[in-house]
Amino acid sequence: MEVVSVTNLKKKYGEFLAVDHISFSIKQGEVFGFLGPNGAGKTSTINMMIGLSRPTGGHIEIFGIDAVKDVKKVQRIIGVVPDENNLYDEMNGFDNLCFCASLYGISKAKREKRAVELLEQFNLTDAGKRPFKTYSKGMKRKLTIAAAIIHDPKILFLDEPTTGIDVESARQIRELILHLKNQGKTIFITTHYIEEAQRVCDRIAFIVKGRIVKIGSVRELLENTEQEHKLKLKVAGSLNELSGELKNHFQNFKLEILDENSLLITSEERVTLSPIIRWLDSKGILVYEAREIKPSLEDVFVKITGSKAAQISGKEKVEM
Amino acid sequence: METAIAFWNILKKDIKNYYLKPPNISWGIIFPLSWTLMQLIRSPNMEIIELLPGLMAMSVLFGTTSMLAVTITFEKRSHSFDRLLLAPISLGILVFAKLSGAVIFGLVNAFVPVVFAAFFTDLSGINWPIVIIAVILIAITSALIGLLIAVSVKEVFEAQTLSNFFRFPMLFLCGLFMPIEHLPAILKPITFCLPLTYGTDALNRAIRCSSIFYPTFNIFITLVFSVLLFCLCQRSIKKNWIL
Ligand SMILES: Nc1ncnc2c1ncn2[C@@H]1O[C@H](COP(=O)(O)OP(=O)(O)OP(=O)(O)O)[C@@H](O)[C@H]1O
Ligand SMILES: [Mg+2]
Repeated sequence: MEVVSVTNLKKKYGEFLAVDHISFSIKQGEVFGFLGPNGAGKTSTINMMIGLSRPTGGHIEIFGIDAVKDVKKVQRIIGVVPDENNLYDEMNGFDNLCFCASLYGISKAKREKRAVELLEQFNLTDAGKRPFKTYSKGMKRKLTIAAAIIHDPKILFLDEPTTGIDVESARQIRELILHLKNQGKTIFITTHYIEEAQRVCDRIAFIVKGRIVKIGSVRELLENTEQEHKLKLKVAGSLNELSGELKNHFQNFKLEILDENSLLITSEERVTLSPIIRWLDSKGILVYEAREIKPSLEDVFVKITGSKAAQISGKEKVEM
Repeated sequence: METAIAFWNILKKDIKNYYLKPPNISWGIIFPLSWTLMQLIRSPNMEIIELLPGLMAMSVLFGTTSMLAVTITFEKRSHSFDRLLLAPISLGILVFAKLSGAVIFGLVNAFVPVVFAAFFTDLSGINWPIVIIAVILIAITSALIGLLIAVSVKEVFEAQTLSNFFRFPMLFLCGLFMPIEHLPAILKPITFCLPLTYGTDALNRAIRCSSIFYPTFNIFITLVFSVLLFCLCQRSIKKNWIL
């Protein structure tokens, strides 16, 4: 069942078109990712969906409610983790959570119970007594997520939840997201980490310069994009001297000597290995490993957008 | 009921986080107190009760305009105001809750000079219900002017500067310490466009039994100002902050 549907959404700042007629839908219980470089229009899109910004055009429906006309109705059933933490510096963790719960009209006993539970779940029980401003970046992010789900929203919006925090905190946050997904929550997440998107999302939309350039499940994205075949050979013996000769001999492949002992073969078609192995053998070089290099989402992204992968991921690796 | 919980908690949080902070308490007490002393030293023969309406109006004006403006710009900058905008309560209720904190703060400030005056003079002739209504209305209009300022600026210091730009002239234009009759004729039209004029006039009537207008008229006009400013604030917030 579709719980979010966005049609022809548009956002202009003055003359600048930040979100350019985008359409997508999100199914119940799905983690939907918005992947794009800085300035692609991710935050602009989220802000329109959560009622912090007015669309210039288009339509947003969340659980059957018009999110532009009935903002307050939608806000009752959504949770939001914005790109910038929005809690109170002077208040401690526990009070912050209770305050956020009170905004949804939750009674004192209930909100205190829920705050205690969430602090425990997020490993913040001790920190709960300290002012928010004394938290580390990772802790701040976790408390902001806790505050976003305190009223048990049906759908959670996360704007770059792991940007700027260390590897371990980021891993914990991704685990939390997957945990929430397992509880049946629908999740909309924006990120510029490709691997993060690949790991937590069921479906992904690539957004570049305000437009969705590709949308699909991770598998579809990997399968449907025509990919080159890549093979990496490890050899015993030095390839350095053979470089020119090798390239001459196998002109239908793209060959790249990665180091003295490894060779990368790229080809539009499937690579038949035996001629290469035989040829190398005749030169006294033994091939002891051949490995297919699977295309990554990053390759897909680069292929579709033509942009350098480094631009989007900042070359930061995401570890799970 | 749900709205009431949200309203009450926003109000409570503001009082605890901002209004009960030592610097603000001291501002609320020291400022009116030093003005009272200054006035007394300048004109020792003056009856303190003659000064009281002006002092009360000033305490409220200074207590409320900057407080709401500064706290809101502060929250806006630290993004916590977005948390409030994300809550499923109407913008009107949100503004009302924010306003209530400032009004209570103004009310408390207003009574600093009263407590002070009680030591020196007999206050039994004062019409207290009118005083309280007038003070509340002055507080509402001043706080809303502060809020309008807050919506139109980005930085906390801008809010400070801009609110001073409005309130210092108001001290002289609205008959707080100088009777309106003594103002130059060209300034009088401005005077009658300022809500504080009517609030102060109501206080004058209730405390000193002398005023230009009837209290009911003053209260009515200030109420109209309050409603207008409230709608204006709501509109500006929608326009400027929900981009
Ligand atoms: N209030 C605004 N006024 C003018 N331009 C804006 C405004 N907000 C965003 N933009 C512009 O719109 C474009 C999209 O911005 P947006 O913040 O949505 O990008 P993003 O994908 O969230 O980027 P990031 O990864 O840096 O968070 C950017 O070029 C930005 O400069
Ligand atoms: Mg962003």
